[in-house]
Amino acid sequence: MSAHATQEAPNDWDFPAFAGDHEHHEPSFIRKYIFSTDHKMIAKQFLAVSLFFLAAGGTLALMMRWQLAFPGQPMPVVDFLPSTMAPGGIILPEFYNAMVTMHGTFMIFFAIMPLLVGVFGNLLIPLQIGAGDMAFPRLNMWSFWLAVPAGLLMLASFAVEGGAAGAGWTAYAPLSADGEYTGVYLGQQLWLASLFILGFSSIAGAVNYITTVINMRAPGLTWLRLPLTVWALFITAILVLLAIPILAGALIMLLTDQTLGTTFFLPETGGEPLLWQHLFWFFGHPEVYILILPAFGIVSEVLANGARKPIFGYTAMVLAIVAIAFLGWIVWGHHMFMSGMNPVLGTTFMFSTMVIAVPSAIKVFNWLGTLWGGNIHFHVPFLHAAAFVSLFIIGGLSGIFMASTPVDIHIHDTYFIVAHLHYVLFGGSLFAIFAGITYWYPKMFGRMMNSLWNRIHFVGTFIFYNLAFFPMHGLGLEGMMRRLYDPTQYGWLAELQPWNVFITYSVFFLVGFQVIFFVNFILSMWTGREAGPNPWNANSLEWSIPSPPPHGNFQTIPVVYRGAYEYSVPGHERDFLLQNEPPDDAAKRRPEPAQRVDPSGQVKDRGGDQ
Amino acid sequence: MNWLLEPSVSTFGPEIDRLYYIILVITGIVFFITQFLLVYFLIKYRKREGRTAAYTHGSTRAEILWTAVPFVVVLMLALISKPVWDEIKDPALFPEDAYEVTVVARQFEWEAQYAGSNGEFDADDSFTVLNRLHVPVNQPVIVHLESADVIHSFFVPRFRLKQDALPGRSIPMWFEVTEPGEYELGCAELCGLGHYRMDGLVIVHTEEEFEAWKAERLAAAGGGVTGTERAQAMTGEESR
Amino acid sequence: MSQTAAVSAARGPVDPTRPEPGLGAYNLKLGMWVFLLSEVMFFTSLIGAYIILRFAHPEHFAAPGEVLNVPLTAANTFVLICSSVTMVKAFAAIARDDQKGLQLWLVATIILGSTFVGVQVYEYIHLFRDGFVPNAAAYTAGGGPLYGSTFYLMTGFHGLHVSIGVGCLIWVLIQAIRGRYSSSHLGGVEVMGLYWHFVDLVWIVLFTIVYLI
Repeated sequence: MSAHATQEAPNDWDFPAFAGDHEHHEPSFIRKYIFSTDHKMIAKQFLAVSLFFLAAGGTLALMMRWQLAFPGQPMPVVDFLPSTMAPGGIILPEFYNAMVTMHGTFMIFFAIMPLLVGVFGNLLIPLQIGAGDMAFPRLNMWSFWLAVPAGLLMLASFAVEGGAAGAGWTAYAPLSADGEYTGVYLGQQLWLASLFILGFSSIAGAVNYITTVINMRAPGLTWLRLPLTVWALFITAILVLLAIPILAGALIMLLTDQTLGTTFFLPETGGEPLLWQHLFWFFGHPEVYILILPAFGIVSEVLANGARKPIFGYTAMVLAIVAIAFLGWIVWGHHMFMSGMNPVLGTTFMFSTMVIAVPSAIKVFNWLGTLWGGNIHFHVPFLHAAAFVSLFIIGGLSGIFMASTPVDIHIHDTYFIVAHLHYVLFGGSLFAIFAGITYWYPKMFGRMMNSLWNRIHFVGTFIFYNLAFFPMHGLGLEGMMRRLYDPTQYGWLAELQPWNVFITYSVFFLVGFQVIFFVNFILSMWTGREAGPNPWNANSLEWSIPSPPPHGNFQTIPVVYRGAYEYSVPGHERDFLLQNEPPDDAAKRRPEPAQRVDPSGQVKDRGGDQ
Repeated sequence: MNWLLEPSVSTFGPEIDRLYYIILVITGIVFFITQFLLVYFLIKYRKREGRTAAYTHGSTRAEILWTAVPFVVVLMLALISKPVWDEIKDPALFPEDAYEVTVVARQFEWEAQYAGSNGEFDADDSFTVLNRLHVPVNQPVIVHLESADVIHSFFVPRFRLKQDALPGRSIPMWFEVTEPGEYELGCAELCGLGHYRMDGLVIVHTEEEFEAWKAERLAAAGGGVTGTERAQAMTGEESR
Repeated sequence: MSQTAAVSAARGPVDPTRPEPGLGAYNLKLGMWVFLLSEVMFFTSLIGAYIILRFAHPEHFAAPGEVLNVPLTAANTFVLICSSVTMVKAFAAIARDDQKGLQLWLVATIILGSTFVGVQVYEYIHLFRDGFVPNAAAYTAGGGPLYGSTFYLMTGFHGLHVSIGVGCLIWVLIQAIRGRYSSSHLGGVEVMGLYWHFVDLVWIVLFTIVYLI
């Protein structure tokens, strides 16, 4: 084997799914914009599709909020839906359950996950490691073009007989395993098939990211010089690679229960409903970190840039990400404290869950440390990143309540959970996505987004986000259950109805402010001012090349001399220092502090230069 | 609506509430410290002409501190949570002199099954009640929770009690109520179209009241007259 | 003297034309290894579900040999193991630039792989006749319906992997006939072999836990 164990890829493999050749001529329209193998174009394609699903999921949320605030009253404007959904604008229970399911599914699988992994993974990994493209560009193209049919199947399920899946995004069996229980047959099967196909897309992406980061880093870009975004995306890709197949197995079992009459989850013939929950959450908890780790990376990047300071505790930040990725595999049972699982297991999962709070705490304190002593530029991405820190603290702290098993007895499956998950997924992931989009928009499109409208969007989103979701903690403590079509049916919940009305109004304003962002996003492509290569005075490699970068990204292979967070280096005339800027004469440069030295240089140096 | 919980009426309720308030205080302190620091730093270190940011890459001592302190705190929270959890959920620690009743959840109702006068659930005079669970006050009650179709979740907020009902399994849970009265019961796990109207009542009687009620029911069941309570108990909605 | 320079000296100068050293495997090989990790997790979910269900409901699972034809499948297992050997032979042939040898051993691998799938189909047909079916309502064989459900899930997905493998092998064979491979150009054959050995390995695990235990 050693005879050919070199770094050069032998070009003899042109198996369709694995081909990695570059076109050097000017590609046709279809090759450039539709079946593109350029990672930057694929990132933009993912961006377009996931923003569409973000809007669709938001629309479902609006309609659900209408029903929760004004149950049984016809919706204004939306009176055109078919009579199987909302006759005359009055939402039916089956449509409500479908919306509950699809809101979660859209947001998690088709909006947040592709935004973080599909968009930023594709855009940033090659650019920030100094590579011309991914290791497998054509596989990358397939990754996108598998996600599209998955999304279409999911959308189509609204139109089939029985409507879309109505068993929740968690699809607990046996409710999801037999159409008799929900009245949804084909819709549930489409849901399963769609996620199964999407799994191929995710795994293809993960294989690409992992290979690219390991093998294609620019000369000098050692592991401990990688930007934290790359670290986060790399670890996320490992989680995707290992977690998605577990979901795939579970989906297949549920699908055969529905279609072939197998009995994995149906108790009458020997199946185990709890098996679904174990498989689902064994996938599901790593999935939670898939949805937040890239956000950690983006926020670290933007906070350091805004504060004009090196990131505080770089190594600790990396270790925290790795620790979360490990611990994420042994905490899944905390979703199942009330499931009838052995209470001893409950105790075990409580301890592991409590421990996983620690690396998150480390990250928060390091972000605060990064701001301390800075010279903070309040640009739009920074605003979102700072808001992320604030809101992630709330989401993290509310998680402690649920980790305590006795307290979870009361708040499990209530709006307290809804509040918590929206604080981490919206307050956390989505704010980081706003930070990321506004930060890398100039790199993607060559122009800046309008700053004033972005600031208006930020302020409105931050205020109405909190007004919408913070009261949900209280509703949960009062015992308001999740996924209720009409809370007024319960006496003790009817008294809380004014709060539901208040939340609904807040959500309306919250969604309204998102319209500003969408319009700004589109118009700025033509009206924004030219960005130039490095509008934020940032350090990582993507800022050393034109915006947008040309096909192949780098004219010459960049050589990296330092980490990505060398801001405000004493003795340097500017407050930033690009990773690939050659050190001028040694006298002008200050020696780098001890912890910047990569101690693994020798260990990692095998198979390299002889 | 506020951060305080509705008073609980079960014996273990105050223990859960105590844990809740402990966590609320601890997380509250962390919340105020971190948010204060965040805002303070944002204001103090805002961009000024001529200012240069501090050039530092971190502090190992700080890392150790803010790794160790949260670790100790969350471990302590887990340790004080464990005994309460065991007391409520561990079948080996259930009270011994409990009154036992079976509750079967199905789309979209609760059926309470009571033993006959001989203590057997399949006796001639055993009886069932729909959507009403009658129990005595100040006596432990063990409920054997079952499901006839999908997963439901038995949730009485004032008792601080929740337990999923799994089809194909009987899961025991217990509670002891300290105040007579009527307490609402809901389903906390999405179970289908009628999930939102799967409400019931737990009616807690004094001991004498409960014995009288039970005697009446047993007599009615033994005489073959069933279903009167069923008619009363229906809350006006037809089940699926 | 800057620290960076000191480190560079310790690890030799950075070669500005080559990427940072990775894991010593070329992209395609590394990518295949990474993909196989994902496959491991997929089969883990299927096998894990089987183990949990079998422990929970031992009465659903008949004794070894009672329902399933162990001798036939043992022979079939031997066929698949042989196909791994022929795959190694194919790789060894191209490593010494033996084009005829490569094609010959690839053909042998394809035949053995197809035989395996064929025998599996034959076995399925007989099991179906005996009432050993995935459909719980129609299940009439020994044990209980969980037996049928888990058996067809695991062996079916393995069979699918073998079938896809045979398809890829045919494609590699076409490339070999076109003369695309040589001793310095054999990544395609090597990566094909990785996948094929993995599928073989999974079968040995499945055969043990489904047929023998």
